[in-house]
Amino acid sequence: MELGTVVFYLVAALVVGSAAMVAFSRNIIYSAFSLLGTFAGVAGIYVFLGADFVAAVQLLIYVGGILVLILFAVMLTHRITDVQITNRTAGIVPGILIVGIFLALLIQTIRETPWAKAKEIVYTPTSAKIGDLFLQSYLLPFELASIVLLAALIGAVVLARKEIKG
Amino acid sequence: MEITLTHFLILGAIVFCLGLFTVLTRRNAISVLMGVELILNSANINYVAFAHYSSGGVDGQIYAIFVIMLAAAEAAVGLAIVLAIFQLFHTIDVGATETLKE
Repeated sequence: MELGTVVFYLVAALVVGSAAMVAFSRNIIYSAFSLLGTFAGVAGIYVFLGADFVAAVQLLIYVGGILVLILFAVMLTHRITDVQITNRTAGIVPGILIVGIFLALLIQTIRETPWAKAKEIVYTPTSAKIGDLFLQSYLLPFELASIVLLAALIGAVVLARKEIKG
Repeated sequence: MEITLTHFLILGAIVFCLGLFTVLTRRNAISVLMGVELILNSANINYVAFAHYSSGGVDGQIYAIFVIMLAAAEAAVGLAIVLAIFQLFHTIDVGATETLKE
């Protein structure tokens, strides 16, 4: 096997393994820290797909932002003394059954569909093209995104502050 | 053996199913949010894989960036709601927040 193939399978195993840890771990702290492996592994997958800018964004926002936010929320809410109820689950057997059937269907569909193929597969730097598109064809969504982020920021502050009676 | 589009789509499907399982079975609100993050990541893998193998452009990557942006907004608001629920009910079990029923 080529080196690239081996590395792909290693990264994919990291992603799937830590995602399984998120799904099945009994301790929510372990779940939260396993998300780090998933996010970093997905960034590696983006590098495989020639998406350098998206990989950097994934690392900055997911690992640097969302993961830290989730860890903060875990630390702020769960009572360390009663570990056994921190990550209770419900209906594991029906869950595995439904999700397993769904996964089998998905894989069947993926294998049998004749997906469109690009004329040639290129590996070029993408940041310049992405910047051009953001300021030309995707200008309106780009501006809307900033409004959404502002609204989310204000909403989060309003929701999370302490209620002041009076 | 060459790595093809199918490999990435199957990886996305597996991560999606693990995220779906997390959302379906967890009672802890933060764990449910983690499952949503897994699902969004799997969607992003599909976007970028199709952009690379099927269209050859970067439009799929732009959608992936928008999804990442929305995931950040969703995480901020969602976790703020979880903190508010914790202040009110002193638990983040999603089954406990049922006062609207009464």
